[in-house]
Amino acid sequence: MQIYLPIAEVSVNAFLILGLGGLVGVLSGMFGVGGGFLITPLLFLAGIPPAVAVATSANQIVASSFSALLAHLRRKTVDFPMGGVLLIGGLAGSWLGVYVFNYLKSQGQVDLLVKLCYVFFLGIVGSLMLVESLRALWRQRKTGKLPPRTKHNWVHNLPFKMKFRVSGLYISVIPPILVGLLVGILAAIMGVGGGFIMVPAMIYLLGMPTKVVIGTSLFQIIFVTGFTTLLHAVTSNTVDIVLAVLLILGGVIGAQIGTRIGARMKAEQLRILLALLVLAVCGQLAFDLLVRPSELFSVDAGAAA
Amino acid sequence: MKPAIVLWLVLVWPFAAFAQTEEIVLGLSHDEVAITATFTGTDILIFGAVKRDAPIAPGSPLQVVITVSGPSTPVTVRHKERRYGIWINTEAVLVDAAPSFYAVATTGPLQDVLSNTEDLRRSISISRAIRSVGAKVENSADYTEALIRVRAAEGQYQVLEGAVDLEQQTLFRAQVALPANLIEGTYATRIFLTRDGNVIDSFETGIEVQKVGLERWLFNLSHDFPLLYGLLSLTIAIVAGWSASAAFQSFRR
Repeated sequence: MQIYLPIAEVSVNAFLILGLGGLVGVLSGMFGVGGGFLITPLLFLAGIPPAVAVATSANQIVASSFSALLAHLRRKTVDFPMGGVLLIGGLAGSWLGVYVFNYLKSQGQVDLLVKLCYVFFLGIVGSLMLVESLRALWRQRKTGKLPPRTKHNWVHNLPFKMKFRVSGLYISVIPPILVGLLVGILAAIMGVGGGFIMVPAMIYLLGMPTKVVIGTSLFQIIFVTGFTTLLHAVTSNTVDIVLAVLLILGGVIGAQIGTRIGARMKAEQLRILLALLVLAVCGQLAFDLLVRPSELFSVDAGAAA
Repeated sequence: MKPAIVLWLVLVWPFAAFAQTEEIVLGLSHDEVAITATFTGTDILIFGAVKRDAPIAPGSPLQVVITVSGPSTPVTVRHKERRYGIWINTEAVLVDAAPSFYAVATTGPLQDVLSNTEDLRRSISISRAIRSVGAKVENSADYTEALIRVRAAEGQYQVLEGAVDLEQQTLFRAQVALPANLIEGTYATRIFLTRDGNVIDSFETGIEVQKVGLERWLFNLSHDFPLLYGLLSLTIAIVAGWSASAAFQSFRR
């Protein structure tokens, strides 16, 4: 069934978009990532103009994250104080990110920078996670026991300490704010929720338990992407509500399924899967940059030369 | 006035003018295209007749050229080159205005039915339609060609040589397929009658393409009240997220 999108001004297959939303929803529920790093490139492939794809996927992330968050709330795996601290950094970061984005746009080459950002961050995060999880699995098999994660590093020697009861942490608020800030900047530049960076940062840098990490990152992502959606709607009128509704319909259902799959799997397995997924997307993007494109020219409606 | 000229005006001119007169009478299957939620593109039938006050002149046959042109917008054409091992955009050319949609339908090969002079004067072929309004494409050839190639691949630019049926040098008709990814505006439709490559008569009309109903309402809302529209999008997202969660809860019980 074809459907015409009023803002994107293209006609697309409704079931294709529903399916995309569903697929990303499953991943979102399983890993606690918003799925923006997947859905934005997929929407490009479906023929949606990039500006609309970025803005609308932010809106879709709000819905699927909210749905997944409710499931985590029932299991009491959300650390609200930690989420709040991350959010303070996140909002500041996304505001800063939009500023940086507009600056880069005026300098040209914003597409390339976004792609390089994707390849760089997805590559680093994916490989780190894969190596770390494989090592943990290997050790676990050898000793039959999970190794205790390093309890003390430089993060624990900073001032402004705060108690995070759900996470069982007593650490400075500076690292979470910085993590939130970085994620916020990247979210605005790359048009993603930023979960794929935040989740590893929370696990490895802040030392939070994996179970709490997903719910908490969802909590933060909802507010940051909601803020981003509003910014896009007000500054560039690029949020397509019809496209969003289709994505959301697929996404919210997918997220519920994903949360249940995630609950049945071991944390180490989840991490390996997420790492492989991140590396796959990274590989695809790197491939596009390295291989000679069949059409060397591209056409952009608009005068942004 | 000199008597010779008066004589010419009275005797020769009316006859000459009548002999030359071949006029277009036009019909369109619809002069409005409504973009609804389920819009998947549409076919426009352009038909008409040639009105004459004298018998068909002997010599080369009459030809018909039809163009349909969407609203023009500025377009940036970028060129990729390999730098430091990766393919990046290096140079860009701004085309001041290129039609978002352009179709040329003719009774025969374009170079046969239309002379270069007429094409230049009236901007009929696709490359002329871009240049005439753009006017200052530097290093133009490659970039304009690329623009046409990219848009033709997407069905936005169409050259339909031989797509106009001309019966008895009098009745003509052509079908132009408007794709699904139309943008709003007036689609200028021009019809030219040519003989030996020269334009004898032309006719211009417009096809209005407009969003209707929900599509129109949402589009207007997003532009007139963007904050409200953004909040509406967020509300839908939150409600959808909550209701899906609630629905799955009740399924499990």
